[in-house]
Amino acid sequence: MDLLQFARGPALTWALAIFAFGMTWRLAGILLLKRRPDYSEPRNATSWPGALKLIISRSWPRREFIQRTAFGQALGYIFHIGLAIVVFGFAPHILFFRGLTGLDWPNLPNAIIYLSGAITLGALIVVLGRRLIHPVLRLLSNFDDYFSWFVTFAPVATGMLAVAHLGARYETLLAIHILSVALLLVWFPFGKLMHAALVFVSRGSTGALFERKGASI
Amino acid sequence: MSTADIDSAHPLELNQPRFSVKKPEPRYDKQGDMPDAQRVETAMRYFVKDFGAVAATYMESCIHCGMCAEACHFYIATENPKYTPIWKLEPFKQAYKREAGPFAAIYRALNLKKKVTVEQLEEWQELLYDSCTLCGRCTLICPMGIDIAALVGLARHGMNQAGLVPHELWAVAERAEREGSPLGATPKVFKERCEWLADDNEVEIFVDKAQADVVAAMSSIEIMKYPGSIVATSKILNHLGLNWTFRSDGYEATNFGMLSGNSAWQREASMKLINATIAAGAKLLILPECGHAYGAMRWQGANIYGKPLPFRVLHISEFLAENTKSGALKTKPLSKTMTFHDPCQVSRRGGAIEAPREVIDGLGAELIEMQDTKGLNWCCGGGGGVVTIHRADHIRYQAFQIKMKQIDNTGAEMLVSSCSNCRQTFDDGQDHFHWDKTMLSLLDLVADNLEDK
Ligand code: HEM
Ligand code: SF4
Ligand code: SF4
Repeated sequence: MDLLQFARGPALTWALAIFAFGMTWRLAGILLLKRRPDYSEPRNATSWPGALKLIISRSWPRREFIQRTAFGQALGYIFHIGLAIVVFGFAPHILFFRGLTGLDWPNLPNAIIYLSGAITLGALIVVLGRRLIHPVLRLLSNFDDYFSWFVTFAPVATGMLAVAHLGARYETLLAIHILSVALLLVWFPFGKLMHAALVFVSRGSTGALFERKGASI
Repeated sequence: MSTADIDSAHPLELNQPRFSVKKPEPRYDKQGDMPDAQRVETAMRYFVKDFGAVAATYMESCIHCGMCAEACHFYIATENPKYTPIWKLEPFKQAYKREAGPFAAIYRALNLKKKVTVEQLEEWQELLYDSCTLCGRCTLICPMGIDIAALVGLARHGMNQAGLVPHELWAVAERAEREGSPLGATPKVFKERCEWLADDNEVEIFVDKAQADVVAAMSSIEIMKYPGSIVATSKILNHLGLNWTFRSDGYEATNFGMLSGNSAWQREASMKLINATIAAGAKLLILPECGHAYGAMRWQGANIYGKPLPFRVLHISEFLAENTKSGALKTKPLSKTMTFHDPCQVSRRGGAIEAPREVIDGLGAELIEMQDTKGLNWCCGGGGGVVTIHRADHIRYQAFQIKMKQIDNTGAEMLVSSCSNCRQTFDDGQDHFHWDKTMLSLLDLVADNLEDK
């Protein structure tokens, strides 16, 4: 078995298994905890609209905050959208997802993919630089922050190298790319990348609780 | 330190413009003589004790984006990163991951998260108490929607049980538990005050009526420092012709047990008020101009009681708004411009956002909103017990300047709020900065402008 076969075979299979198990374990570990009944007289009888409202509205900054957060949030938007385009728009990725799920969708032209990839890498480098320089981010950051950055950056970087045939044989580059994706999948449930799922749980919980009180969300 | 030493070691400054105890120098406070290891263990146990699915979700969700700093007056005013809201939870996050999270076994086995030390907790005392007013502004900026203020409240439970509370806050909370009120407003003092206030102001003040439709409560700050609120409340309730009373077995609405993080003391204070209201057979409990009293009773009261309360709970501003809208409350027009300071616990976190505005509208005054207002208002810096803590004065004054600027920019003639703790903080800030603005009470304003009958 050569490196590419290993990456495509056991590495990816195991990574997906760990990903699935980790996601389930962490979500269950949180969601199955007790929820206490709330006997206070609600201001708004139905609270789920608050959950929906916060899940949507928290995606852009409020007027009161925009001046202080615009830069960070713009960066966030750039690399998340870039990631989504590259992950879900590139023809070979779609083939991979079809193999996994049976679903199929049209791909984007390669030129757009490469441009998005480059912009994403650039934005991620700025994200890292900011984390290293900004006093608040420096204080908050721990291993999880840097490692999560690395496992996000690596698949994009190795993917770009593979399509550009830069640095090694294509098969080797592709194998490294797939291994980096495996690493991303393995780390995903254990660190902060889990936010991709938790963002809905967390925003939704606060939205519902606050709507009940009529508090600001 | 035993409770007997408290009064002598940390005498209350009852004659000062704000009450607290004297001990301004920087220090870490400890209560009791628990060994350090046991303190840490106790702090963590009580922190995770009340953990439900929601708090766990919050603990798991932070992505360290740092945005919460940009909402907090203590960070904005000082630019010191340690005042980043979520950093205030750091030892508790560490402990949660190690002891309680879904992967706790892995963290422990590989020692990925170290055990929290008592030195850490001592250092964090300043972050969890002195520099957090529980105002919840950070909650509104967090992209993950984490209610950071609620987590600080939970962390205070752990700190309290471990005896790691700033002395001033602990001393007033302990006194409230012992005497029924944090500032010496014992039932006897309260009744006497009501008597002389009734005489001086020629107003009927009902105390301890056996049966009443409405029970009114007060905050100790009002009883001791702004007794005009007692008169104003009485005038208005009389004006409305209601069958109402104060109760000497339940008049204190502040809850320093809650602020300091002592659940047992919180329960006791709330139950007094609940039982007194039930004993009077009242259908309505009116909470005074106090922010945290609203959160404690309106949103936590029923959960402490264990079932829905058999009476309605309204903040005084909500009560005034209802009666303004119904036309029962008649006031003389007040043609002035004013700006309104939203008390965080009533407005942003309590949901009574429009009520004071309806009252101001009813008064015929012109309201000029601050640039950041309603749910997004800036905290006065004194909530969450912070105004009692002397060593926090310097950062509190720094934070207060944000508020002063917002108010000055409105150019309004009058400055009004509906929380006596905010008012106390404003009085202190006004004094400190020789500021030309005096904080007024919405309740007083209504009472002073009642139409003659
Ligand atoms: C539904 C999907 C997702 C949502 C709603 C989401 C949302 C967010 C938000 C709100 C932030 C903070 C933004 C900021 O700092 O400005 C963030 C940060 C981040 N996200 Fe996502 N995300 C999602 C999926 C992903 C995925 C799939 C990845 C990677 C594979 C990812 C990687 C990151 C990284 C690395 C950061 C931190 C950047 C830093 O270091 O500050 N996200 N995400
Ligand atoms: S609740 Fe208020 S004071 Fe406390 S951290 Fe958040 S913004 Fe700062
Ligand atoms: S804003 Fe929310 S997610 Fe970002 S660091 Fe603060 S608590 Fe964490």
